[in-house]
Amino acid sequence: MNKQQGYTHWQLTSLVILRVAIGWHFLYEGIAKLIQPNWTSLPYLMDSKGIMAVFFHTLGSSSQTVHIIDLLNIWGLIAIGAGLFVGLFTRAATLGGILLLMLYVLSHPPLAIVRYGMPSEGSYLYINKNMIEMAALWVTYLFNTGKEIGLDRLIHKQFCSQPSSLNK
Amino acid sequence: MSENEKKQPINRRDLLKSIATVPFLGAMFYGLYRKKKYEDYIRGNLADELNLNYEPPEVYQYKPQSSDKPLRIGIIGNGSRGSHLLRSAGFVHPDKIRSWKEALSKNKNDNRYQDFIQQEDLNVEITAVCDIFDVHARQALEAGANRERKDTLAADAKMAVRCMNYKELLARDDVDAVIIATPDHWHAPMAIEAANAGKHIYVEKPMTHKLSEVYALRDAVKKNGIILQLGHQGRQTESFNKAIEVIKKNILGKISLVEVCTNRNDPNGAWVYPIHPEASEKTIDWQQFLGNAPSVPFSAERFFRWRCWWDYATGLSGDLFTHEFDAINQVLNLGIPSSVTASGGIYFYKDGREVPDVLQIVCEYPEHDLSLLYSATLSSERNRGKIFMGHDGHMELSDKLIVKTDPNSTRYKKQIDKKIIDPTIPIYTYTPGMKQVDAITSATEQYFASRGLLYTFRDGKRFDTTFLHIKEWIQCIRTNSKPSCDIDAGFEEAITAAMADISYKEKKQVFWDKDNEKVVY
Repeated sequence: MNKQQGYTHWQLTSLVILRVAIGWHFLYEGIAKLIQPNWTSLPYLMDSKGIMAVFFHTLGSSSQTVHIIDLLNIWGLIAIGAGLFVGLFTRAATLGGILLLMLYVLSHPPLAIVRYGMPSEGSYLYINKNMIEMAALWVTYLFNTGKEIGLDRLIHKQFCSQPSSLNK
Repeated sequence: MSENEKKQPINRRDLLKSIATVPFLGAMFYGLYRKKKYEDYIRGNLADELNLNYEPPEVYQYKPQSSDKPLRIGIIGNGSRGSHLLRSAGFVHPDKIRSWKEALSKNKNDNRYQDFIQQEDLNVEITAVCDIFDVHARQALEAGANRERKDTLAADAKMAVRCMNYKELLARDDVDAVIIATPDHWHAPMAIEAANAGKHIYVEKPMTHKLSEVYALRDAVKKNGIILQLGHQGRQTESFNKAIEVIKKNILGKISLVEVCTNRNDPNGAWVYPIHPEASEKTIDWQQFLGNAPSVPFSAERFFRWRCWWDYATGLSGDLFTHEFDAINQVLNLGIPSSVTASGGIYFYKDGREVPDVLQIVCEYPEHDLSLLYSATLSSERNRGKIFMGHDGHMELSDKLIVKTDPNSTRYKKQIDKKIIDPTIPIYTYTPGMKQVDAITSATEQYFASRGLLYTFRDGKRFDTTFLHIKEWIQCIRTNSKPSCDIDAGFEEAITAAMADISYKEKKQVFWDKDNEKVVY
């Protein structure tokens, strides 16, 4: 079987598909919020439950803070999404994505005894899709496919003398 | 490591691999373009069809003049509603302010203190207070003296005069206007005397207690040319004003039924208010409380829970139906119904009360080809909203406004068939403070809007409708103009409530003789 850097083409392709799919999701989430003139994170913040709820409610209590969070969220999603999509600064984008998802999880933990105002499209207990996406991003972090398939390949080639390895 | 050592040659293969995923970006943007085009198409079609916008309705704003003198207000009745009205005028007892500050120190989201401190100064003074319960009178005096909105009263704070009788207050030259927040049976007698004394009036709903008072009060107000504002603060609710636009543009088609309701389920909502520990014959002027009501021995229960007795109150029909009626009258301008039928009973609160805790009122408007149905219970919170049912669509009105089309609408048939309109999704949603929430807005947003979560903290403050209603009254006094719930609106409210009251008690359908302005049964 044809292998590259210790992985088959299928393995590498699958990892790239995973990265691009997550990138697509982040990028579109950001763009969708950007083009919706009145989008705001306020209701999401105010719907927070669990041990961090007070923190998120406090963020939501000031219009200035909400404005900053809105901007960070929109442009964070776009930057992370674009990075994962085209494999540029892939590891930074991956960590950024994990951080953002962690904030979503902390604000809306899928605990056994909470109910959210926000309707959910599925049923979750302790593990929800945000956490699964975080896990997928962690895999993306460990197997840095941007160095192989992505703009990071050019950067790597430009600045590193060693051949690329997926997990370095 | 030198620059040459770092670099590796970039070949064609590297270039191809580095941009391998970029074409998928094109796929995303093509999808985005198609989606946007489709949404713009629907939005455009809806916008053309509805001709509605998402701008807040225009509200007249008076610009205070430097020549404005402080308006001198006397308050009669400083119970829970009276103190709310005082607060809306800018006066809160120092103890209350201290409790708000303490609440804020414990919970940063408790905005009551900030809201009040930031509340606009309406340039008014409290010059006289009349409350027949000593504790409430003292609280009103101290609140009225707290011009600085502090948590302790300044040593040199100027107190208003306490009048032991409302007649004394109305006779004072230093009172320009009066707020009446007493039990219902005192509203009209006090308002009539206030009008005759040339005082402007803010009177709590219901405007009157008995049918004959409705005519007498209207005559007194018109004869003396004073400004009367009836306490239906819903007149200030933005969504109610926006609903007028929906009706004017005939979005709903022919409306044949309007349903309104009251749903409460707690003792306070059923008027079982706490009895103040200092209440006694020594601290309450019982005879003055009774007024024209039959004489009964002192009863703290009757004094604090007066809403449960016909002698002092009007039950659901006067207390809560009037709010609903006025909202519908504001939107549809229906006026007095040609007939009213009411029925109900005391089905839950068997605590010795006289007024029903379940009530249905049916108002017929053959001139408008519609019925107004009111249905109330004080023992279930299952809210049913204010719903306007038309042939082409229906509108649900609350702090926001939601319009959906009817699946069998004649007007929207083409758009429904073409899938431009989905009858299960609102074609128009208006939430005050939020623009462009419409058919293509996410379900999540609609969901939050329906729970009022969107607007709780956005600007750090919310407008209290009672404040706006008081403010409008003061503006109208300064400009000699017509308030939104003036004596004519009050006349329609009071006659309709009286018809419901009579129908319930007499177990009869009650008619309105429009030409002779008489209630017939």
